[in-house]
Amino acid sequence: MSVFDGLKFRRVYSPIHNLDPRIKFIYVCAIFTTAIIFLELIPLMILFLMQVPFVILAGVKREWLRSMRGATFLAAVIFLTNFIFSFISAGYIVTAFNLEHAVAMTLRFIVLVESFSVFFLTTSPDHLGLALEQTHIPYEFCFAFTTAVRFVPVLAEEAQTIMDAQKARGLELERGNFLKRIRNYIPILIPLIVSAIRRSLELAEAMESRAWGATESRTNLYVLKMHRGDLVLIVITVGILALAIYVRLFLGIPSMNDILGRFFEPQYF
Amino acid sequence: MSIIETKNLTYTYPGGTKPSIKDVSIKIEKGEFVLITGPSGCGKTTLCRCFNALIPNFYQGELEGEVTVIGLKVAEHQIYEMAKHVGLVFQNPENQLFALSVEKDVAFGLENLGVPREEMRKRVDSALNLTGIYDLRERAPHELSGGQQQRVAIASVLAMQPEVIVLDEPTSFLDPLGAKRIFEVIYDLNRKLGVTVVLVEHRLDLTAKYANHIVIMDDGRIVLDGEPRKILSSEEARLIGVGIPKPTRLYQILQKDRVSLSNTIPLSSDEMATMLREVLKS
Amino acid sequence: MIEVENVYFTYPNGVEALKGASLKIKNGDFVAIMGENGAGKTTLVKHFNGLLKATRGTVLIDGVDTTKVSVAKLARKVGFVFQNPDSQLFSETVEQEIAFGLKNFGFKEKTIKSRVTWALKLLDLAQYRKTSPFMLSGGERKRVALASVLAWNPKILILDEPTIGQDHRQKEKLLQFILQMKTQRKTIIIVTHDVEFVAECNPRVLLMRQGKITADGEARKVLTNPEILIQASIVPPQITQIFLRLSDFGLPKEVIDIYEAREELLNFLERKVK
Repeated sequence: MSVFDGLKFRRVYSPIHNLDPRIKFIYVCAIFTTAIIFLELIPLMILFLMQVPFVILAGVKREWLRSMRGATFLAAVIFLTNFIFSFISAGYIVTAFNLEHAVAMTLRFIVLVESFSVFFLTTSPDHLGLALEQTHIPYEFCFAFTTAVRFVPVLAEEAQTIMDAQKARGLELERGNFLKRIRNYIPILIPLIVSAIRRSLELAEAMESRAWGATESRTNLYVLKMHRGDLVLIVITVGILALAIYVRLFLGIPSMNDILGRFFEPQYF
Repeated sequence: MSIIETKNLTYTYPGGTKPSIKDVSIKIEKGEFVLITGPSGCGKTTLCRCFNALIPNFYQGELEGEVTVIGLKVAEHQIYEMAKHVGLVFQNPENQLFALSVEKDVAFGLENLGVPREEMRKRVDSALNLTGIYDLRERAPHELSGGQQQRVAIASVLAMQPEVIVLDEPTSFLDPLGAKRIFEVIYDLNRKLGVTVVLVEHRLDLTAKYANHIVIMDDGRIVLDGEPRKILSSEEARLIGVGIPKPTRLYQILQKDRVSLSNTIPLSSDEMATMLREVLKS
Repeated sequence: MIEVENVYFTYPNGVEALKGASLKIKNGDFVAIMGENGAGKTTLVKHFNGLLKATRGTVLIDGVDTTKVSVAKLARKVGFVFQNPDSQLFSETVEQEIAFGLKNFGFKEKTIKSRVTWALKLLDLAQYRKTSPFMLSGGERKRVALASVLAWNPKILILDEPTIGQDHRQKEKLLQFILQMKTQRKTIIIVTHDVEFVAECNPRVLLMRQGKITADGEARKVLTNPEILIQASIVPPQITQIFLRLSDFGLPKEVIDIYEAREELLNFLERKVK
């Protein structure tokens, strides 16, 4: 079940949770763009550190650390491939430049993961569904999204029950060779599919009975309103983008090597 | 005029070989608490689906005869039009709640109908209060117990302010206390707001006392239709095997033993106990 | 023989479902485990065939610790019929569905055939041998699920909520079936909150509340004790409710059955006439 626990949203109130998800999403996109513009270590490090106050304000430190830990494997892969590639293309030498390049590529990835995880950790699925609805995405799509989120834990529980029921009839999932093991899952998949179909029929019936599709101009119980916090975030977002473009176009960014002095001399192997 | 009336209703599901309901004619009056019962597969659920146009609009199939609800010929209206007048609550609470918060679920029907927000807020709050779940309004439906979920389902049809609420075995997944609370909520709606209630239920021992009209079906037909005390004490009802409430059975048995009991047939243990106290005292 | 010693169980999500449950069920016992939803009934019985393993404490089946053997091995002895038949039906025909367990346990082809026929007959399903289980009605599907477990003739039979969604006729059939199993000295455990059904079959009743067993005794004793029942959110059977309100006449409180009720009342009236 632990895999699905992350999808069970918890209702938390914090200044970050209360922000309009649409603005939050634009902010995340701005960070994303900025991270793409730069390949230098310093701006990427600034971007990385900039997210930390958000995480602390939202009170999701533990969840955030967990998702960052989840990203370490991919980060390591990115670092190694970049490093090895530039190592080979530079003629089998380790230069300060290609080391910094590999670190920067990795950091870029980490910044992306970081900002998206802040977004998803601080936006409850119903808030997100609401944001989708109010950005003129067809309602059917938004409904499908929230319903899917709603039923993931239900289906996970059902899969567990079916597995238990078949085990109680002597099914051993881990028995036999590879093909046999796949076949072992048939008694679990069929009831799961049949019940999902039955469930969706019942859902459709219930939706119809509650006036689904009565009018084109659907109303909504909640409405997303801009608050002061959202305005602050807009200003921050515009600020980051403007600064990033200005720096990119008109300022030279020193590399780490320049700052720390040239103590990395090319090494030959 | 009756609030619901069917005339010679016969319906076959698509691909079905024989009709699920045959020649059904009933009248349900405004403000009644109607109990529909009968063995599994007798056509109770099918009949309920005819009341809000799920049959024939959703299920297709072959429909003969006529259903009128509040003067509207059901066959000529869309399901969403009927939904404003007839609210359906289904057996499995899990599969009729879609949203991620209780109040959003209760508002679902109103959103579909395009009700303005202020009006919607009022109606949602009132439905939440009537079902006693106002405090749960921000919770996620799947975190609630079965009984609470079923109350959300009732609130969600109630918000649309229908004249009739139809409940199809709403408590079969609940424990006895949860079930009792549901029946009390329904009974309150019927008595205080005058909502017409149609309840499909096997467990007559828990529900017979609320009803003032009972319909027993068997094999797609209506076999008994009338006043609960009369019907449940009849020999036919016992033979169909609908599970006569135990107090009623005890009354019948004692009558055969020539114990002189009053003529009002008891439907609950309370009524039976009161009656027996009189007999034992004299 | 099932021996449960001070068992605690905590689900991975941190919910503590059992908090020191102890009980003994002897061979041939007929037990109903009752309590409100979430009291830990299903969690407890899932320990009997090893689907769940105690976090603390021990569960012994015929002296064997359930943590030391596989579910498949225990299932041979402990049959478990789930509440919803749809959690297990998957075969093309009823016959194959019933043979599934037998095949898993490695029975011989010939034995499988005769066992399937036996189970079909026992549960009145012979005419559906070649039918798809998905074409059957709810009550019939429930019987197929029961037959598919009964086929390998487990010594202990656990039925989780067997009466849920069943009509009066189906409950009568189930009652007959359980009584028949009882005469064959099979250990039967039903998990239920259907008081009226329990009152009719009069088993030993175990009441559960918040992961603990709060009462253990004859149905007649447990179901007629309002103080104990209220804690477990259970309402006494209807006949008992009548007699609880007549106790000031000197009538007994421990009445759960309708014919017994008649007897008591007639005796009382007769005594009064004299």
